[in-house]
Amino acid sequence: MAQHSPAAAGPALRGLLLNAITFSLILVAACSRPAPEQPLGPQRAAQPVGGGRVPAFVPADDGQWVMPAKDYASTRFSSLADINTGNAQNLKLAWTFSTGINRGHEAAPVVVNNTMYVVTPYPNILYALDLTQPGAPLKWKFEPNPKAASQGVACCDYVNRGAAYADGRVFFNTLDGQTLAVDAATGKEVWRAQLGNINVGETITMAPLVVKNKVLVGNSGGEFGVRGWLAALDAASGKLAWKAYSTGPDADCLIGPNFHPFYQMDQGRDLGVSSWNQGQWQIGGGTVWGWISYDPELNLIYYGTGNPGPWNPEQRPGDNKWTSGIFARDADTGEARWFYQWSPHDLHDYDGINEQLLLDLPINGQTRKVLVRPERNGYVYVLDRATGEVLSANPFGYVTSTSGVDLKTGRLVYVSEKEPKMGQTVREICPAAPGTKDWQPSAYSPRTGLLYIPHQNLCMDEEGMEANYIAGTPYLGMNVRMYAGPGGNRGVFQAWDPVAGRQVWSIKENFPVWSGALATAGDVVFYGTMDGWFKAVDARPEGQGQVLWQYKCGSGIIGQPMTFRGPDGKQYVAILAGVGGWAGAIVAGDLDPRDATAALGFVNAMTDLPAHTTKGGILYVFSL
Amino acid sequence: MSSRCERKARGARALRRVLVVLLASCACACARQGGAPTRAQTQARAGASAAAPLPSPPPEPLPAALTERHVLRVCADPNNLPFSNERGEGLENKLAELVAADLGARVEYTWWAQRRGFFRNTLKAGACDVVMGVPAAFELTLTTRPYYRSTYVFVYRKDEKLDLRSFDDPRLRELRIGVQMIGDDFANTPPAHALANRHILGNVRGFMLYGDYREPNPPARIVRAVARGEVDVAVVWGPLAGYFAPRAATPLAVVPVAPQIDQPFLPFVYDISVGVRRDAQALRDRLDDILERRRPDIDRLLDAYGVPQVKDEG
Repeated sequence: MAQHSPAAAGPALRGLLLNAITFSLILVAACSRPAPEQPLGPQRAAQPVGGGRVPAFVPADDGQWVMPAKDYASTRFSSLADINTGNAQNLKLAWTFSTGINRGHEAAPVVVNNTMYVVTPYPNILYALDLTQPGAPLKWKFEPNPKAASQGVACCDYVNRGAAYADGRVFFNTLDGQTLAVDAATGKEVWRAQLGNINVGETITMAPLVVKNKVLVGNSGGEFGVRGWLAALDAASGKLAWKAYSTGPDADCLIGPNFHPFYQMDQGRDLGVSSWNQGQWQIGGGTVWGWISYDPELNLIYYGTGNPGPWNPEQRPGDNKWTSGIFARDADTGEARWFYQWSPHDLHDYDGINEQLLLDLPINGQTRKVLVRPERNGYVYVLDRATGEVLSANPFGYVTSTSGVDLKTGRLVYVSEKEPKMGQTVREICPAAPGTKDWQPSAYSPRTGLLYIPHQNLCMDEEGMEANYIAGTPYLGMNVRMYAGPGGNRGVFQAWDPVAGRQVWSIKENFPVWSGALATAGDVVFYGTMDGWFKAVDARPEGQGQVLWQYKCGSGIIGQPMTFRGPDGKQYVAILAGVGGWAGAIVAGDLDPRDATAALGFVNAMTDLPAHTTKGGILYVFSL
Repeated sequence: MSSRCERKARGARALRRVLVVLLASCACACARQGGAPTRAQTQARAGASAAAPLPSPPPEPLPAALTERHVLRVCADPNNLPFSNERGEGLENKLAELVAADLGARVEYTWWAQRRGFFRNTLKAGACDVVMGVPAAFELTLTTRPYYRSTYVFVYRKDEKLDLRSFDDPRLRELRIGVQMIGDDFANTPPAHALANRHILGNVRGFMLYGDYREPNPPARIVRAVARGEVDVAVVWGPLAGYFAPRAATPLAVVPVAPQIDQPFLPFVYDISVGVRRDAQALRDRLDDILERRRPDIDRLLDAYGVPQVKDEG
């Protein structure tokens, strides 16, 4: 019942809230200031802060964008520099395209061979747009017709995080658990594979990754007692090559003699069974709905696993392997090489599925092949990507639920007072369930050496109980209510030095920043806000995230910006607007703002969003 | 909840416990909060005096479908006996027909699996005007007075002769126990919480309440598991057990759990009402009138479906 209204709060809190409101007003003023009228002067080469670089396996930029993360290292960095800090204020709308869908648009457009491919939320229409023609008219559209029943099953809006291109085909997933291959030129279906079973609550929302003629796909639906897996399909035929579960016996998890986790806590036989109460692993969660990266030199794929479920924490003693962690697997066989658990015995719904950026960073005078993970539990981890050793883990937001990561044992240290207990009130659990950062991917610029992290600043209270009803059965759930963390802003866009493990600058945003980030060689980074502003900001440390340009889109932005060189030689920047997702469910799902605990408590933090934006999917493309 | 709330709850009479706890917790929280009225307050009518009066929204007239087409528009799960199915065989199907007949109307259904988003996609989306079963304290709808009160029950094979009645029975530490899982964070069926609170964990098996929707009546799987000996005992919502236990291959005992409420706040007994949109007061009042007048018919219906009822002691 913790409505965070100033009238209800105690004096101290009221003061804080008033400050927060004042601050928000200042913030709004800052955000809405016009772009500077004078160019910022000649382009200067940015001085990398950390001195890191993109691994050598990342190919030279051809101006295309063939997968949501841009490259296997997941940098979301483009070497295009036509748009730079000096001219970004001249960006203009080039063309738009309506998807005709009103749900949350989380996908990144993909551009290859002068064609742009856009996959929508359910019903997962794939559009091909002809970039060689003025206004990029529709070339073809492909409708996979997923089962309508999947809408009732999907946990958090009906999102899709994008398609991937390889060898003349576009690969994407549907909410009802299918993977499809479509001919990129003709829009004709090549194959489809039914992987998930919606009848048990299994859906697919993630973007596939194509590695060595295999399409990698994972499932969603941890809320429904689904058991997580990652599957590899033969790109030519769609036949299952291998499937690795996130819980259960080693054989099911493709764990064998070559599995060498760095820390003792992750070592042992059949931990996917023994770290649970009897049989609980069978419905244990650990779904794979986020991002996959690939290192061709080590021949390893990396991906995170979702939180354990559906038991409450006190009902599932143990570490609950292999949930809320990260696997490194052989790209050919799927065999596990190492695992590290971000949040053993997760208490707060901290899925471990965020993106991992593969970088080469100077650590203690040595260049290390690392994996950088801004994790939901509030820490930016730097791991040795060959071994899974944690080199550093530093908080990038306000964290009360844990006190840090023990680098000797690798273990996250929980704060016991913040542990949720049925029927007991626990306040100010930070970050809230969506974490300091959820699925929305960050970007890295080798020019600045910085990571650009879109994220949220939310805490939650758990108190009291609420009667609820499902499938004819009454039950009680804890009241979870989320609200802005310290400062009163619900979102942050942050430049982060992954070597020093510290923030370089940050932009406070009123709403959670639920869009992805894009970094470019023009030292301009892009992101969008849930109230519909698409922003270009100065990437450089000395630029302090100054807003160079912004454009108000027709709906809130939770998509992933990307950039490409058009057939006319110009650099374009694209973003799908269309609010929704977990954070925007109040708009996309028409949730009742009075129902504070809806969307698992997220609605409480978002009651004002409907006053700022309406739903509707539109692609926006900009150029100079 | 403050301790003041708990004392208030403990002081309440047993038969009103569930509602009073809900209301008292709300009243305390609302008083502390002093802010906008909460949804729980809008539900306060059934328990009456605990909560403050509300500024009422503009009342919605009776639904046009009812007044103009003489149709009672009902949203229901097409595959969830004993409550409803698309062949009209469920308790709530029969109740809908009874109510519609009383209104001089016929029933029209919108079918939707009763999972997360059910109320948003059905009642709130305007696809129908009533949902025949919701908890009396349910916050997503306006509710009628309860038309029955049931309880979670133990279900076990009669030949096991367990005579199991209480969550405090020490044998629960040894028996294989089945409970149903919800899956939302920090939300599960009350028996799952009750057992966890007693540190009964290792011998508890979870069955997803949603089950496999390809099967008929997916939540019933847990009752079959008892009949087949997959678990020794299951703790199941009364109407589900009362309907499926007599139909099981093996004779099964259905015994209400004790206590009725785990202190401070874990009820196993729930009042069930008819739900309408939150502004549909006129329809709610009509339904209240019918439910009261047709009480004997409704009681016969509940008995026919084997609903274990908890009778008002007062």
